[in-house]
Amino acid sequence: MPKVTYIEFNGTPHTVDVPVGLSVMRGAVDNNVPGIDADCGGECACATCHVYIEPDWLDRIGLPVPGSQEASMLSFAAVAQPNSRLSCQISMTEALDGLVVKLPEGQH
Amino acid sequence: MGDQTAPIVIVGAGHAGGAAAALLRQYGWRGPITLIGAEPHLPYQRPPLSKAWLKGETVAASLLLRPVSFYAANAIDLILSQRATHIDRAARCVVLQSGARIAWHRLILALGSTVRTLDLPGITLGGVLTLRDIANAEALKAALRPGARLAVIGGGYIGLEVAASARALGADVVVLEREDRLLARVASPPLAAFFRQHHAQRGVNVQTGAHIESLEGKHGTISGVRVADGRLCACDVALIGVGAAANDSLARDAGLECDGGILVDHATHTSDPAIYAVGDCTRRPLGTMRMRLESVPNALEMAKQAAADICGRPPPAPEVPWFWSDQYEIRLQIAGLRDGAVECVTRGDPRTASFAIWHLAGDGTVLSVEAVNAPADFMAAKALIAGRRRVMPAALADPSRSLRELAA
Repeated sequence: MPKVTYIEFNGTPHTVDVPVGLSVMRGAVDNNVPGIDADCGGECACATCHVYIEPDWLDRIGLPVPGSQEASMLSFAAVAQPNSRLSCQISMTEALDGLVVKLPEGQH
Repeated sequence: MGDQTAPIVIVGAGHAGGAAAALLRQYGWRGPITLIGAEPHLPYQRPPLSKAWLKGETVAASLLLRPVSFYAANAIDLILSQRATHIDRAARCVVLQSGARIAWHRLILALGSTVRTLDLPGITLGGVLTLRDIANAEALKAALRPGARLAVIGGGYIGLEVAASARALGADVVVLEREDRLLARVASPPLAAFFRQHHAQRGVNVQTGAHIESLEGKHGTISGVRVADGRLCACDVALIGVGAAANDSLARDAGLECDGGILVDHATHTSDPAIYAVGDCTRRPLGTMRMRLESVPNALEMAKQAAADICGRPPPAPEVPWFWSDQYEIRLQIAGLRDGAVECVTRGDPRTASFAIWHLAGDGTVLSVEAVNAPADFMAAKALIAGRRRVMPAALADPSRSLRELAA
């Protein structure tokens, strides 16, 4: 099963299995990884599953489609960076095995 | 709290209770955690029950807050299909309907709310439904065949979301609201007017000022709703969506302070410092008021406050209350609370179904936004509300001024 490593703001890494088809957000929530709130449960309504994609992975994951709900939400998210994504919008695939994402200081 | 090995019991396995259990483990609690739920289900998400789930766009497993393996992996003991009947504060235990006594060092009450019903002739007829849990949603889904006639009694969010889903399923829908507008307690007049028009465009018969006299039936099943002016709205199924009341009787019986909800402080303590209460069942301090907020974000926020307090962590940063609703292709996001607003500024054009209504205090402080297909306005306003920032109403109303400039 593909693995994702979530790195908390304080540097603590959590490497967990995330089944193909589940979102990167779901992988964190199902494994109780601290730092992802996911208030809305994956509806792209809250921007509390914000992650930074490690640069090596950015070409494979891509940035949000300009003008999309995700891009609009991120445009005013606290502490957004050019490599920001909402992890509920990234669906796990075999090709993402080994993905590393960093978590912001807070989600609110 | 130095000793993190004592037992914690959470009564109520909904969104708030489920989140509290997970957060206690995340925050390092090592003692036993027991989660007690009245329904037979693991903690699940209720919002899809009126939307994606009702329309058959998602399966039951995806409703779960966390997978079944999560609870064993995190040493959270689940007791399902059991109600708590009594809190023994002196002995620090909860008594279940089975008679079992579960001891606690700290107790979290996450008792939820119960849908209100109406004292009307015919209320017990078959086909008269409410929507709170999966069992209710199953019954509603079974009734919403194409061509079925649905009468929604109550023009609040649940009623309007179900109306939109029912239209998608091919049902005929009438919405009967007692007040002179939709969403009377929970949206501003211009937002309510937008939703009224939008539902009408989608073929929903919206009637406001509709006082219901009785529900009429044939062979024990509803056949129509009699309105006070004598009209009969024929229907095959009715949904009563007139709000919910806090489940506070267990707490009240135990002598905890309640006032239409269990009274709690900023850390979710009840009047007994060893007992916490979170989510729909509470009335919590917000600003200068004590409020009941029935929403998932509120449940999660309070779960966070309780878990942090129990584990001796700093409290979470004060949140901006928020809420969302999906109807047809409309995504509504609301941030903040409108109380105290004296000015209302609309950015964008409601005719394009992408606009935001900003609510400001007399000095321009942003208090709330109601954003319709306008996620950037929602996020920008949320940040401005959190920072108690002021904006010039004229600048806000000017479409040539960017949100980024206003938020700078």
